[in-house]
Amino acid sequence: MIAEATPETTSSPEVGQGQPRQRRAALAQVIAPLLVFALMIGIWLFISYVLLEPRRRFLMPPPQDVVLNGLLNARNVLEILGGLWSTTQVAIVGLVVAIVIGTIVPVAMIQARWIEWSLYPWAVVLQTIPILAIVPLIGFWFQFGFSSRVLVCVLISLFPIITNTLFGLKSTDQMQHDLFTLSRANRLQRLTKLQLPGALPAIVSGWRIAAGLSVVGAIVGDFFFRQGEPGIGRLIDDYRARLQSEQLFAAVALSSLLGLVVFWGFGLLGQLLVGSWHESHRSAE
Amino acid sequence: MVSDVRPIHAADADRVALSFERVSKTFPDGTRALDDVTLQVKSGEMVAIVGPSGCGKSTLLRLASKLSTASSGDIHVSDGNLGYVFQDATLLPWRTVQRNVELLAELAGVPPEERAQRAAQAIVLTGLSGFEKHRPRALSGGMRMRVSLARALTMRPRIFLFDEPFGALDELTRERLNGELLGLFERERFAGLFVTHSVSEAAFLASRVVVMSPRPGRMVAEIRVPFGYPRPTELRFDPQFAAVAGEISARLREHLA
Repeated sequence: MIAEATPETTSSPEVGQGQPRQRRAALAQVIAPLLVFALMIGIWLFISYVLLEPRRRFLMPPPQDVVLNGLLNARNVLEILGGLWSTTQVAIVGLVVAIVIGTIVPVAMIQARWIEWSLYPWAVVLQTIPILAIVPLIGFWFQFGFSSRVLVCVLISLFPIITNTLFGLKSTDQMQHDLFTLSRANRLQRLTKLQLPGALPAIVSGWRIAAGLSVVGAIVGDFFFRQGEPGIGRLIDDYRARLQSEQLFAAVALSSLLGLVVFWGFGLLGQLLVGSWHESHRSAE
Repeated sequence: MVSDVRPIHAADADRVALSFERVSKTFPDGTRALDDVTLQVKSGEMVAIVGPSGCGKSTLLRLASKLSTASSGDIHVSDGNLGYVFQDATLLPWRTVQRNVELLAELAGVPPEERAQRAAQAIVLTGLSGFEKHRPRALSGGMRMRVSLARALTMRPRIFLFDEPFGALDELTRERLNGELLGLFERERFAGLFVTHSVSEAAFLASRVVVMSPRPGRMVAEIRVPFGYPRPTELRFDPQFAAVAGEISARLREHLA
């Protein structure tokens, strides 16, 4: 009653008309980020042409040069895409290994308390290890190529998979457990027909976090383990060393795009797996 | 309405399906949930337990089904194949109605064809035809409870335990489901132990109503419901029904103070 008397609601022509308001909101959601993008390009141009004198312009080459030299030059873009592909392979293999370990470990943990008690603290320790500090050791043990890069990915992406999967497996409803107990279900039935499917939303959100980390891990790995096919991380480092800033910018932009694609891809996968039945995506994020 | 009542099947009447003898239950934290409960349920008989929240009614069912063990006393169950209907429908949200109804038979290793056939029967019996492909999320609370009932029916239990199954439903839906449950009971003639806090639900379903006191739960009264089966829905409006419900209510109140 009081709200109706306020000027905002009485003067608004759209009171009670949900449609136009919704459409306007949807439009604003598209336009707002585009405006921010335009603003950022503006600031970029301002820095390149106004703040930087020509001989120092390589610090921030104007966007059109990045596009022309980095993205539209066939030789350069092929080199970057090749590096990106090599890094993607490392990230995917690392992620798959992490998913396998990160599923087996929590499944073992819920079989017996003592397994959880003995393993979980070490999973936390794994998370707290500064990866960069042990990178030289990894190089010692596993050479400076593909397997070392994969190992970095696994180490960096394992923890969120373990915690989310464990959380999902442990959040099964007690009454549903009782139902399975009454039916004399064995461990395997309980796991495959109750706990794992119920945990799926949490599991997938763990994968999503891990996928982003795995890309980071692969690029970090590229910096240190330079044998074999060059990954995008190594290319970025080389461009920096050779002051090829246009390629550098293009490589950074494309690796960000890779992160985005991975994030979206796993979001989509999650929706395909659980979208039709689960009301919200629970997770321990 | 009350004139066309029939007595309980004579053949079944003497077989004890479920019995509690001087059963007590104390939880590890020292809470005394049940104190010296003695109760028998015969085949073809529906017994309701009413009592305030936390009086150990549900504990009684957990003991009967061996989900929990008694601190003292004896419990006898004539058939290990128990039907248990929980407060919550406990459906698996990722399964369709059909697959949810099949679950128990699946866990018991019933071959796919037979379990599909049993599920189809139970689906018809509970009025779920046409909803086989729905997910639980798309169903109302009453429909979910029907799925839960259908799922229990597939195992053809001779003893049914009901743990306030309709407690979360609105009055109208609850009454409808009471009627449907009675229909099933009249058809299958299992032994039923029905826990509720609704006096009229207890009087409408059961042939005997046991009143329990607040914690620690003990039996304080047992009231015979003088109506046979089948019971028409209009029974609820019968003055005699009101009198029975009134008595249960009075006995319940005596021990609340």
